[in-house]
Amino acid sequence: MSASRDLELAGRGVAPGAPQLLAYLLLGTAFGVVLAKSEVLSWFRIQEMFRFQAFRMYGIIGSAVAVAGLSLAILRSVGARALDGQPIEVPPKALGRGYRYWIGGGLFGIGWALTGACPGPLFALVGAGQGVFAVAALSALVGTWVYGWLRPHLPH
Amino acid sequence: MGPLARPWPWFVAGPLIGLFVPVLLLVGNRLFGISGSLRAACAALVPGRVEYFQYDWRRLGSWNLAFLAGVVLGGFVAARFIGIPDIVLSPRTEATLAGLGIHDLHGLVPREVFSWAFLLTVRGFVSVVVGGFLVGFGTAYAGGCTSGHAISGLADRQLASLVAVAGFFAGGLFATHALLPLVLGGLR
Repeated sequence: MSASRDLELAGRGVAPGAPQLLAYLLLGTAFGVVLAKSEVLSWFRIQEMFRFQAFRMYGIIGSAVAVAGLSLAILRSVGARALDGQPIEVPPKALGRGYRYWIGGGLFGIGWALTGACPGPLFALVGAGQGVFAVAALSALVGTWVYGWLRPHLPH
Repeated sequence: MGPLARPWPWFVAGPLIGLFVPVLLLVGNRLFGISGSLRAACAALVPGRVEYFQYDWRRLGSWNLAFLAGVVLGGFVAARFIGIPDIVLSPRTEATLAGLGIHDLHGLVPREVFSWAFLLTVRGFVSVVVGGFLVGFGTAYAGGCTSGHAISGLADRQLASLVAVAGFFAGGLFATHALLPLVLGGLR
């Protein structure tokens, strides 16, 4: 079925070893620091964004997309390869009938406004000492599990 | 306060976030995204008999788990060694939140909602437990979150990601304007 054509798993290569995992750990640490110092993990900032009362969040997301897009264009035009020598590959996201994007996206949006955090910030907040977000992060894991369980019955 | 300790301006923070896309591709051909780590965590810990979690998470998802552990560590490093000052909000947002009963603007999140003492109130439970559930359910359903769709997907000009981001905002606006006044009702 097309619903289970699992494009998110279109990754390649072998299982990363300890040195690679350490590199991902350090990159994640850098990302957590940026999430905190950009203040995107603050419920207050998310409220400001959803009420269109400040430019900051839009500036952050917009400039992130611009830099990521420009980088992708450069990597493609020079035919860049990953460290393992494989050509760089970005799996496409099939639109299909699109149900999963607007229904799933809408449900996430509600959760984003209620918690004030998307998945990265949920976990960064725990590290930043907001202990109660461990409950929110655990609840997010339960949510993902329940999605996996219901997946065969949901429109995609 | 040194420049690192102050909040980083949007034109520094945004480009830094965007750079994770090329760096992760170059390091290991991985597409930047956080919500995949929730799936990897389920696959590693409690796959059950659910087909969605029957995949080779060591090959395809262990990087997500290492990255996610780093995100927690990064939050700790920022709070402990760099400093996260109180948020300086737009005065309009301060006024709006005051109207909703939120007056304590110290810290990263309103403590009248997000603290152990209020977890089992309506506002605490809906914000933390129900909200967290919807984050995990919705991002898995949509196949990505702010990083996977709004950053990686839009940067790659994927139509599916644009639909997803429109969904994020529709849901967020609905929750902010229709649900939040009800959820925070106990504060007034």
